[in-house]
Amino acid sequence: MNEQQPADAAADPLGDETVIQLIDVNKWYGNFQALRDVNVSVKRGERVVVCGPSGSGKSTMIRCINRLEAHQKGQIIVDGIELTDNLKNIEAIRSEVGMVFQSFNLFPHMQVIDNLTLAPMLVRKMPKADAEAIAMKYLERVQIPEQAYKYPGQLSGGQQQRVAIARSLCMQPRIMLFDEPTSALDPEMIKEVLDVMVELADEGMTMMVVTHEMGFAKTVADTMIFMDDAEIVEIAKPDVFFTNPESERTQLFLNQILTH
Amino acid sequence: MNDTTPSAAANPRHTAPPPTERVAMLRWMRENLFNSPINSMITVIIALFLVFALPDFIQWALFQSVWSGDHEACRAATGACWAVVGEKHRPMLFGVYPYDQHWRLILALVIYLSVIAATMTPAFWKVKILMPLWIFNLIVTLILMWGGVLGLQPIETSQWGGLPLTMVLFTGTVVFGSPLAVLLALGRRSHLPGIKSICVVFIESLRGVPLITILFVAVNVFPLFLPEGLEFDKLLRVMAGMAIFFACYQAEVIRGGLQAVPRGQIEAAEALGLSYWQLMRRIVLPQALRICLPGLVNHIIAAFKNTSFVLIIGLFDILTATTAVMEDPVWRIFFVEAYLFVALIYFVFCFALSKYSQLVERWLGEGRRF
Ligand SMILES: Nc1ncnc2c1ncn2[C@@H]1O[C@H](COP(=O)(O)OP(=O)(O)O)[C@@H](O)[C@H]1O
Ligand SMILES: [Mg+2]
Repeated sequence: MNEQQPADAAADPLGDETVIQLIDVNKWYGNFQALRDVNVSVKRGERVVVCGPSGSGKSTMIRCINRLEAHQKGQIIVDGIELTDNLKNIEAIRSEVGMVFQSFNLFPHMQVIDNLTLAPMLVRKMPKADAEAIAMKYLERVQIPEQAYKYPGQLSGGQQQRVAIARSLCMQPRIMLFDEPTSALDPEMIKEVLDVMVELADEGMTMMVVTHEMGFAKTVADTMIFMDDAEIVEIAKPDVFFTNPESERTQLFLNQILTH
Repeated sequence: MNDTTPSAAANPRHTAPPPTERVAMLRWMRENLFNSPINSMITVIIALFLVFALPDFIQWALFQSVWSGDHEACRAATGACWAVVGEKHRPMLFGVYPYDQHWRLILALVIYLSVIAATMTPAFWKVKILMPLWIFNLIVTLILMWGGVLGLQPIETSQWGGLPLTMVLFTGTVVFGSPLAVLLALGRRSHLPGIKSICVVFIESLRGVPLITILFVAVNVFPLFLPEGLEFDKLLRVMAGMAIFFACYQAEVIRGGLQAVPRGQIEAAEALGLSYWQLMRRIVLPQALRICLPGLVNHIIAAFKNTSFVLIIGLFDILTATTAVMEDPVWRIFFVEAYLFVALIYFVFCFALSKYSQLVERWLGEGRRF
């Protein structure tokens, strides 16, 4: 019996623990519906890649997961905590969920090292020395320890995005959300950021990534989600998703971006 | 990401070395003084004015003037009578404060100005240094002026006057007004409708009223609403009125700065788990205040000059004290020189303030492109 467990785990490396669950989530901006009956469930260690045309609600969906946006109907449960107006819950979830934005959003008035130590010190009440040690560790991980004492404005886009990833990791989150992390980058810098993300995936981080980098998706994704017009159109394993998608809309979208 | 760093604004056109000094000067004049028909016209008019007025003024102010002596000497001369400053500077600078206690004011001013000088020196720009320094400064200045402790003769605030009064009012206005301004600006952008409307009504109604009305209310009307026996010092009430007026204007400047901070900054801070006050204090306000620094300094300078409104409640700031002093029939005709002296003091302070803000701006911009 005991010997069988590792074999099972190898067949399905993901645990049974669901860490993100969206149940019939609906969201409106005024009268405009941005999410319609969205159902998603993500297991610990799962890598989910979300794609879909612009304006389909991808950002809205992942921003609801750490409550940068509030949903109006349905349930969102992250790490066992349901997201409501309860501020305590929201802050608790935010410190467990890292987020990387398309436009980096580094704090321009602080040196890189201070960008990284800020949240651990303020939110986790970590002593300065410890926070700096962790910051340097993650800067080494994203391969730019030598930039620690520069200001964000002095770095290239690719470097800035790697700092942003390191900044999130310093909070030692259990889940990482990425909203088009490479869309604002020059082509030659995309790879350095994707490499960091692949490494993170290899370490078993639970990740939800909005991206159109289909090469990245094929390498790391456990699950593909295709969204269109405020709805989830298709959820599938990557091999099925890329070769034999169920929906015609998915097919069309893939044809467009893969031949592009 | 927009690039507003002064250092980055270097114009490549100006970096090429000029062939000769003369050509460089001509080019500078063409680019700065004669770059459009209107500018050329203004340049010519100002040049004419200077040519006609300046020599006379210099003659009057420097060569034919009387620097010391009595009023007879002044009357005999054709130039300015700077002797009036030597004769009357004590009551002009210190108002009706008892004459034999003036040393206290002089000491207070020296301490105060030294702290200001320290504040303007980048080496001291650390909260750990400036905070205690200013707290020390305010306590010592107030003890010296008020007295009543350490064997100092107590002096009522109604006897305070001149430059120290101006400084106290100005400092009080800025020290109490600035935090209030920040709170009002944040309140006005709050998502809580109650707080938001209170701030909007407060700012808009007070901004719509002249300062003089606010001071009148603070001094004459406000005490009517206080319970019997409870009474605030008149100077304190005036200071509160000025601080509130200052805060309402400053709040709007700060609101502009807050609006200019990109939304993504707040989202990134929220996503890291920072609370509202943490993200405001560490992320939003530092950027917002940096953006609106020129506007902030503008109102700080205005607050300095607004201190002269205390004349309406019978306090003698430096300007009112001078007016009173120049009632003296013997020296009366030399009021122009006396006021020029006061104007010079105002100018030195305001000019220093604006230079200081440029220094701070450059310091904040170093390396931090945003
Ligand atoms: N703050 C907002 N207010 C109003 N409409 C919004 C807002 N944010 C997004 N939308 C709209 O919601 C839709 C989905 O947006 P978004 O989630 O950003 O799409 P995607 O990330 O897939 O491009 C779009 O039509 C967009 O215009
Ligand atoms: Mg988007």
